Amino acid sequence: MKPYNDDIKLDLETKANLVRQLVIESLIEAGSGHTAGPLGMADIFVTLYFHILNHRPSETTWALRDRLVLSNGHICPVLYATMALAGYFPISELKTLRRFGSRLQGHPHREWLPGLETSSGPLGSGLSQAIGMALGFRLDLGENTERYVYALLSDGELEEGNTWEAVLLAGKERLSNLIAVIDRNGIQIDGFTKDVMPLEPLSDKFESFNWHVIEIDGHNFDDIIDAFGQAQAVFGRPVVIIAHTIPGKGIPEFERDYTWHGKPPNLKEGKQALEKLRSLQGRIKNDYL
Amino acid sequence: MLNPSQKLNSALFDLQVKQEAIRDGFGVGLEMAGLINNQVVGLCADLSESTRMNKFAEAFPDRFFQIGVAEQNLVTVASGLASVGKIPFAASYAMFSPGRNWEQIRTTICYNDQPVKIVGAHAGISVGPDGGTHQATEDIALMRVLPRMVVVVPADSEEAKKATLALVENQAPSYLRLARNKSPIITTSESPFELGKGNVLIESDQAEVTIIACGVMVYRALMAAKQLKTEGIMVTVVNIHTIKPLDTELVLKLAKQTKAIVTVEDHQQMGGLGSAVAEFLVATYPVPMELIGLKDVYGQSGEPDELLDYYGLAIDDIIEATKKVITRKS
Repeated sequence: MKPYNDDIKLDLETKANLVRQLVIESLIEAGSGHTAGPLGMADIFVTLYFHILNHRPSETTWALRDRLVLSNGHICPVLYATMALAGYFPISELKTLRRFGSRLQGHPHREWLPGLETSSGPLGSGLSQAIGMALGFRLDLGENTERYVYALLSDGELEEGNTWEAVLLAGKERLSNLIAVIDRNGIQIDGFTKDVMPLEPLSDKFESFNWHVIEIDGHNFDDIIDAFGQAQAVFGRPVVIIAHTIPGKGIPEFERDYTWHGKPPNLKEGKQALEKLRSLQGRIKNDYL
Repeated sequence: MLNPSQKLNSALFDLQVKQEAIRDGFGVGLEMAGLINNQVVGLCADLSESTRMNKFAEAFPDRFFQIGVAEQNLVTVASGLASVGKIPFAASYAMFSPGRNWEQIRTTICYNDQPVKIVGAHAGISVGPDGGTHQATEDIALMRVLPRMVVVVPADSEEAKKATLALVENQAPSYLRLARNKSPIITTSESPFELGKGNVLIESDQAEVTIIACGVMVYRALMAAKQLKTEGIMVTVVNIHTIKPLDTELVLKLAKQTKAIVTVEDHQQMGGLGSAVAEFLVATYPVPMELIGLKDVYGQSGEPDELLDYYGLAIDDIIEATKKVITRKS
């Protein structure tokens, strides 16, 4: 783990704010796409790409890199924005999101954009792929390998049977180098997850499948960093970090409103959202915002 | 009558022809592949004995992953293994894989371009007594329609062994279709095998029809040819073990030579080998064709030969289709 202090925390917070702005800007340009999930996961993505992952944005095929699998591909605007900020590709390219010929496909396509580890969109298959990668690393490097595979999942996709097949297998295989993160934002397309398909007690479910469970506030950088540190330290069990997040985080008008799951802001809504982010919720007064 | 360059089993037409299950050849081939290449890994969904992956599992326990009865997980874990450099063979019954997990195969293997080898055992109506729920007769269609997917249907155990070894090297998403029951050994270790290249098993200058077959139906096609010869009708018989990519060069050449084609497969008439040949020829060199396969129906319990005969895949059905297609030649 890299050192962590208040300066680094401030830097991560600043970057997360910037990522949220880039998400909004790219969604305005695209005219379609998902808003709530990307905003809610910005803090975790920034932490992963700027503090946790062992990776080289300028050398995407670097053999020793960790792997990050985004299972719920529809929140890719936050993946793209974070990758661009980390130097994988020019930030200006974010404006091509969902356009014909763009490397930034509506759902991630591994072959089109270097740095993506898999193509995803159809829900429920990412954890299995991450398990395959973790098994492969264990085969090559042994049980003590510190090459980690991070699987990012939504809570809605826990309704997929494929996910639970994977949860069973990871428990059986005692995969220490697998770290799953669940975006527990409580919403999905048709409404709140508690109404569509109750998932609680979620932590108990994973524990009963022989996973180590960590529950955190997904917007608290101290918590996030601490959780990844703990996750890396756990041996003999896969780890799931259940990150409680606020869908639409950062834009009060979008927060916790499931109707923002699958639509983009229009130009007016987008501009207002950007103003909120750039002024730190109105704390900074500036005519040029 | 048999094409000498194919170095086929000389006892092919004997009553006591040696028989072996096509899946047995896969088991032998995979174990050999494991020895040759240490990146080969095996995954199975609780059917390691039935699919014959058990030989590999015993020889290379570290490289074998028992996934349990979970076919969606089977292929998606395989995709992950492939993405870190492994060459995964993922085995189950064809009815469940690719029957149950088609979207996972599409997205995480084909769209994602990972060289996973899907092994579908107990394919076709010839699986027998298990009945219609276990007789995959749609799998070739399901796999053939996926961009990038290579589809291989070996005709005997020897060919299944060669196909398995070839798939280790082809670096592409692939589907290997295996039959359950013992069937005659047609080829030998000397017989040529190359992915994407059909083999002309019987050829004749006077051939009036080309019979194109795959899998367990290749033997029946040969038997039909033998009978037809006694009636004075000469045919060419081709084993198209690779349905995709189709050996279009060979199909076109034979269509031009014989100007009539019969296709034979233990699969639905729709979407399989016959469709592949027809789709190609209709745009290049249309000739009269008869497609032998299941006629939009499900199977039932019964002995393999009994079922093939009942559902229109009898040797007599091939003979009849050959005669019919001759009458359709202009």
